[in-house]
Amino acid sequence: MGSYIGKRLLAVIPIFLFATLLTFLLIHVSPVDPAEAYLTAAHIQPTDELLAQKRHEFGLDRPLIVQYTQTLMKMCRLDFGTSYVSNEPVWQEVALRMPATIQLAFSSICLAVFISVPIGFLAALYKNSVFDHLSRLLAYFGASIPQFWLGYLLIYFFSVKLDLFPVQGRGSLAHLVLPSITLALGLIAIYSRLLRASVLEQLQEPYVLYARTRGIKEKLIMSKHVLKIAISPMLTGLGMNMGKLLAGTIIVEEVFSWPGFGRYFIEAIFNRDIPVIQSYVFLAACLFIVCNLIVDLLQMFMDPRISWKGSTDH
Amino acid sequence: MIASIRTGLRSQKTAAVCSVILFVLFSIAILAPWISPHDPVEVNLALKLQSPTWDYPLGNDHLGRCNLSRLLHGAQVSLGFASLIFISSLLIGLLIGTFSGYKGGAIDLVLMRFCEGVMAFPTLVLVLGLVGLLGPGLPQVVLAMVMVQWVYYARMFRGMVLSLKERNFITAARISGSSHWTIIRRHIIPNVLPPIIVMGTLEIGWAIMDIAAMSFLGLGIQPPSPEWGSMIHEGKSYIRSNPELMLYPGIMILIVVITFNVLGEALSERFGVKRRY
Repeated sequence: MGSYIGKRLLAVIPIFLFATLLTFLLIHVSPVDPAEAYLTAAHIQPTDELLAQKRHEFGLDRPLIVQYTQTLMKMCRLDFGTSYVSNEPVWQEVALRMPATIQLAFSSICLAVFISVPIGFLAALYKNSVFDHLSRLLAYFGASIPQFWLGYLLIYFFSVKLDLFPVQGRGSLAHLVLPSITLALGLIAIYSRLLRASVLEQLQEPYVLYARTRGIKEKLIMSKHVLKIAISPMLTGLGMNMGKLLAGTIIVEEVFSWPGFGRYFIEAIFNRDIPVIQSYVFLAACLFIVCNLIVDLLQMFMDPRISWKGSTDH
Repeated sequence: MIASIRTGLRSQKTAAVCSVILFVLFSIAILAPWISPHDPVEVNLALKLQSPTWDYPLGNDHLGRCNLSRLLHGAQVSLGFASLIFISSLLIGLLIGTFSGYKGGAIDLVLMRFCEGVMAFPTLVLVLGLVGLLGPGLPQVVLAMVMVQWVYYARMFRGMVLSLKERNFITAARISGSSHWTIIRRHIIPNVLPPIIVMGTLEIGWAIMDIAAMSFLGLGIQPPSPEWGSMIHEGKSYIRSNPELMLYPGIMILIVVITFNVLGEALSERFGVKRRY
């Protein structure tokens, strides 16, 4: 078991290195000259002399490999350079906005799990019933509705018409409700279907039949055996949909003027604030990698069938 | 047995209905310049935010432009560019994936590690990052999406080539003297086509949503060109007085994406292809 964890951790290192390499190369394949972007963002008329000076300052005149190792060392120290627009260290700005985004993402995940587990479970138990069809309809709807549009629909009905929740901003718990629902609906669509499928799969297993013949209460079989195993694929789904969630926070933050990292990223795109863009892409990849790692490890504890003897194939 | 036939029939019926809807939508997109009542970018401030009339069946937007004409032309952008993204990333993926799977060895290793690396990033975040560096605009968005999407197709095609290479019926066909062309036409294409069709329908649906999201963020199509996402973006300022401005384009996106998703599901049931989440 220890060796499995060790191997899984080691496997992360090359992916991390690749992520840093790709984010580093992004700058060099893009048609934008960072020096010029800096001067434009700072509203300074670029001259040849200034450009050369800035290029030297950013280390752009050194060989690529030197630049890359330097970037790598800096990234390890969470140094992502300074924003062209505000002239503050990027990490500082990011740390300021991160809690808002994490709060939003976390509340949506919780909401999504709380709603999709009962829906998926009941849809599987009462397969082909009216409830199952309704849940399928909800899943199609949730997977196909554009998040930004859903956000405005919710604003229209619950803020403009009914005046129940604030239109935008962050502060009280009431501010959190509409953005979380917007972000959660797409996840609910995926998770409820995933859980339904895996519960149906489990119900076919011989152990369910055996438990039934032993006269164990149906309720107990479902809660103690079926649900416990059936939830495992949902965890994988959670890890795999981290990217979707992250992209979702960008859009939802934009709709609800939520002062998070995603909005900052969009601002940076408009301002060509390259260090910020770079750090967002890199941190997103890190989050993605770490989440998948955690999900893998969690799954190992939850599902005893996954081999612990160091093999990664399951 | 009867149940499986019934589901089979049902999925076929669903697929047929969806295909008809999509056919109508694609026709609208192609015929937009001829069937729309007005010029979609013609500004007429006298008709600003007017409610529907016979001449303007869906009313006018904040610049007095005809809503119906803008919706119809928007179909052109959404469906056209989503198809373009799908086809180009499919072709690049097909080329690189089959090449990599066929060659094997070091080239395969390097290419596939690269693909895995790209897959380590959340798709939309990487697309946004690329757009950030390339600059806002529809061509840049399309380019960025193709640059990220082809990787997934390359992986899929490589896997197919590897599994097909070892299959008995291919060996049998080769032993019995079939030419390369016959093997490709009679054995490989029928095996490869169903998953592509299923993936394609799902992928186009997602691409439409992503294009709309980009335009909504202001990174995609630039005004005054009509596009559903940017129409929602423009309509949001009038959410209190004229909610229909953002309602219409949203409904259009919802209809198109739902149709593609339902069709994708029905086809995957029909062909027995597993969906990837």
